[in-house]
Amino acid sequence: MSRDRIRVGLFIPCYIDQFYPQVGKAVYRFLKKLNLDLEYPMDQTCCGQPLANSGMRKESEKYAVKFWKLFSGFDYVVCPSASCVLHVREHFPDLPEDGMEGSFRGKTLEFVEFIHDILRLEKIEASFPHKVALIHGCHGLRGLRLESSSELNVSYFSKNMELLRQVRGIRMVTYDREDECCGFGGSFSVFEETVSVRMGLDKLKSLTACGAEYVTGNDMSCLMHLEGLSHRQHLGLKFIHIAEILNGAV
Amino acid sequence: MIDHAGNAAAFNRDKSFAEWHNETLWHVRHKRDMARNGVVDWELLREKASAIKEHTLANLHDYLLEFEKNALRNGWVIHWASGSDLHNRIILDILSEENINEVVKSKSMLTEECGLNVFLEKRGIRIIDTDLGERIVQLAETPPSHIVLPAIHMKKKEIGELFHKHLHSAPGSEDPEYLTRVARENLRIHLKNAKAAISGVNFGLADSGAIVVCTNEGNADMGIHHADIYIASMGIEKLIPGKTELPVFLELLARSATGQPITAYTSHLIKPPPGKTYHIILVDNGRADILSGNKYGEVLKCIRCGACINTCPVYRRSGGYSYGFTIPGPIGSVLAPLKNMKKYHALPFASTLCGSCSDVCPVKIDLHEILFKLRYDAVDAGSLSMAKRLMLFILDQVLYRKSLYSILGFFGTRLLKYLPSFMVYHRFNGWGKSRDFPGIPDQSFKKWYKEEIKRG
Repeated sequence: MSRDRIRVGLFIPCYIDQFYPQVGKAVYRFLKKLNLDLEYPMDQTCCGQPLANSGMRKESEKYAVKFWKLFSGFDYVVCPSASCVLHVREHFPDLPEDGMEGSFRGKTLEFVEFIHDILRLEKIEASFPHKVALIHGCHGLRGLRLESSSELNVSYFSKNMELLRQVRGIRMVTYDREDECCGFGGSFSVFEETVSVRMGLDKLKSLTACGAEYVTGNDMSCLMHLEGLSHRQHLGLKFIHIAEILNGAV
Repeated sequence: MIDHAGNAAAFNRDKSFAEWHNETLWHVRHKRDMARNGVVDWELLREKASAIKEHTLANLHDYLLEFEKNALRNGWVIHWASGSDLHNRIILDILSEENINEVVKSKSMLTEECGLNVFLEKRGIRIIDTDLGERIVQLAETPPSHIVLPAIHMKKKEIGELFHKHLHSAPGSEDPEYLTRVARENLRIHLKNAKAAISGVNFGLADSGAIVVCTNEGNADMGIHHADIYIASMGIEKLIPGKTELPVFLELLARSATGQPITAYTSHLIKPPPGKTYHIILVDNGRADILSGNKYGEVLKCIRCGACINTCPVYRRSGGYSYGFTIPGPIGSVLAPLKNMKKYHALPFASTLCGSCSDVCPVKIDLHEILFKLRYDAVDAGSLSMAKRLMLFILDQVLYRKSLYSILGFFGTRLLKYLPSFMVYHRFNGWGKSRDFPGIPDQSFKKWYKEEIKRG
């Protein structure tokens, strides 16, 4: 299938829409350059994960129904958040009475996953001459398996790094305890504030020690948590979504 | 009701100790990684171990009967206990019949679960925990804070004071080697004079009617060999089909627990020597309910290695006691609400659902997924506080309705921009206490997209 025949529905998570529109724009522009048949359904709001993760099963189900209605007609649904994608794929209910039986779940992909696995882009045209640290959001890492996790005895792989390595001028830096959770965890960040903040500060300690200028990742929510802490502490770190780097932001 | 967040906040007040705790337990996780690297087929072994346990649990009835038959033939006395009370009474009866008033015990989480120590002490029977860590927490009159490292929450200084008080070690001494020697000399007396010994069980072999006990200090063996009466407390889920399957678990257990290739002692107890009596108490205590509930039966695959506890970023920063249950960490957060949702409903929320526990688990229990599902159960059981329910209700209203979402999104973000900071950042604001809010963009993505389409 030629690319302009692939119908892609863009799902931009609620907090990205409100707080980080530049991430949505980067995804849109990146995919637009590839001539995909791209559409952003205007009626979308949220996938319902904040409610599901707080235990509100019933309340969260209607988001799935809405999502299904908005996106079932597309070949793929692409979203710049591993966490939201994992929710759609693993926690959306099967609701046969709404004609929703889950085959579309596999078509809902995280941005990096889509360009790596489906489009199999061989060349990324971007330049980002900075020292960058990648944080491995848990839902992308252990949920979607975008990368190998340190607990498992498997050969190393990272879809993120395969793409980032092609960016001109970028210098990726490594740090201590790379795939330990940053402590965001959705409502955990508020209801378990002490531990969440402790985890975030520990992560920032490693990130500052490795000399990174920028911190990037697949989930803006983890980055938002770290950015909020870093800003309060005046650490001077900058936070950027991986889509922005791949789209050539300088 | 257990307030994990509150307990965690209290734990973090001693910052240097909280940091030490995190580092120390992470070090155990790191040692586990190193040990795992030495096993090429690690992932295959996990698959196998999981499959063996699943198979055994699916046929538990038959395996239990086979185990009983073979154990009886070997000369064991077999008891069945439906709950903790019966378990404790069986032990009391065995000891009373022989007029025994002191018994030595080697680490068993099951006897912790059943509250055996308190039960026996109340009835005038002295029980001596013989593993160093267990002995420390016993002298301190506190429960263990970890299932493999029971006294990990205590500092050398505290232990020195404790030993000085109870075991007459030199005042002010904190030297671990010296303190261990003091404990050892004291324990030797109890072990040598023991008339009865109790231990837990790591594996029950159905085909041989035998049990396997894995320890590092060898005190279980010393107790058992000195005593005339030995009592093994065994949860019914400890069963595996037999000898053939055992090596799979022995490869995984110690590496997962402490990063050792194998425990110092792997004792096979097959039949009582002449003149001695060996008992096994097979304990249900809620396990059959979990299994027949059909939903979370896989938690019974657990071999109690503690790997999920060590890797858990929340446990490492909140300590074992913050869970208020015999078993802390992810596995405890699963087992506790299955036992008593009302009391432990906060525990499934004491996780970021990062999934490290599931990836580290040697028998592949999908721990973080179960924690997620238990959150549904917690809310279904009506255990969410009014304040949280209200917050989530408002969130739901805003996120679901497009118009409300757009309007509130717009005003909310604008509001955030212009409100004086003391109104945004106050102590009731869980986000803003230590974190700043993101900068506010001029327009939302939705608005930009609309204009972009118009521009063509």
